[in-house]
Amino acid sequence: MKRVSTAWVVLGIAAVALVLAGVVSRFADSDPDGLTKVAEDQGFAHTEQSRDGLLGDYGSVTGVVGVLVVLGLAGGVTYALRRRHQREQS
Amino acid sequence: MHVPDGFLDAPTSAVTGVVAVAAVGVALVKARTELDDKTAPMAGLVAAFIFAVQMLNFPVGAGTSGHLMGGALAAVLVGPWTGILCVSVVLLVQSLLFADGGITALGTNIVLMAVSTVVVGWLVFRLLQVLLPKRMSLVPVEAGIAAFVSVPVAALVFVLLYAVGGTADIPLDTLMTAMFGVHTLIGIGEGVITGLAVGAIVAVRPDLVRGARPLLARRELVIKKAEVAA
Repeated sequence: MKRVSTAWVVLGIAAVALVLAGVVSRFADSDPDGLTKVAEDQGFAHTEQSRDGLLGDYGSVTGVVGVLVVLGLAGGVTYALRRRHQREQS
Repeated sequence: MHVPDGFLDAPTSAVTGVVAVAAVGVALVKARTELDDKTAPMAGLVAAFIFAVQMLNFPVGAGTSGHLMGGALAAVLVGPWTGILCVSVVLLVQSLLFADGGITALGTNIVLMAVSTVVVGWLVFRLLQVLLPKRMSLVPVEAGIAAFVSVPVAALVFVLLYAVGGTADIPLDTLMTAMFGVHTLIGIGEGVITGLAVGAIVAVRPDLVRGARPLLARRELVIKKAEVAA
């Protein structure tokens, strides 16, 4: 089998992440998640102090923005760590 | 399982905050040794992928949903230390941009979803690699089982934190039963998603999966030995 290049794997994962956040997320279950449901059932949901995030709610556009922000931040941190490690090694 | 502000009291949140800062600090140092030509380009992508998949809540019974946590997935793909960094970045962005998880609860959420699931996921994965036959085809299965186990364990860590600093007076045994039960179901989804994602990358480029490295080294050894014999 022909070896798939790293660039294609990188592009593939990025494309999948963007499609999941931008399109597939529309079909996500809107029921409360495990902890939220347990909090409602056990009677401590009222202790939540809710607030607004900078981008509001998850949606196709904000989801894609989120993916890009996470990619930039996590990619940036690991890139910086790698550069520093390489410099220490040389 | 994103904990909002208000569920845990200030002292408990402060302690989890300190633990989270310490864990991320150690991870920043240790991750350097994990980041090489192959894992470095993967790290940001793994974080972005986990963020995207966390948006996809799936149903787990009547009126309840769950989503991927991603700790085991990150650990297997890029290594445990880098994995802690990846999931922590996801949690930071979710909290700031989407108010998904509190600000004072960020430390708690890092302890639960970045540290607990990565540590449990990685340990179970490595244990299974030792116990099961050394085959590449088993790596996604081992990753899936590790991911499955990591979710109810993280739920139990939450119950432990709630026992110490929960702001409402509720019976802990029913809280534990409820949390463990629903998160065991969510764990099945976690295991399936993790197994599929690891399987997809193992199929095209096993060398990009950090948890598959020991098998590749072994494989090369076998081939070289055969060449010498010939």
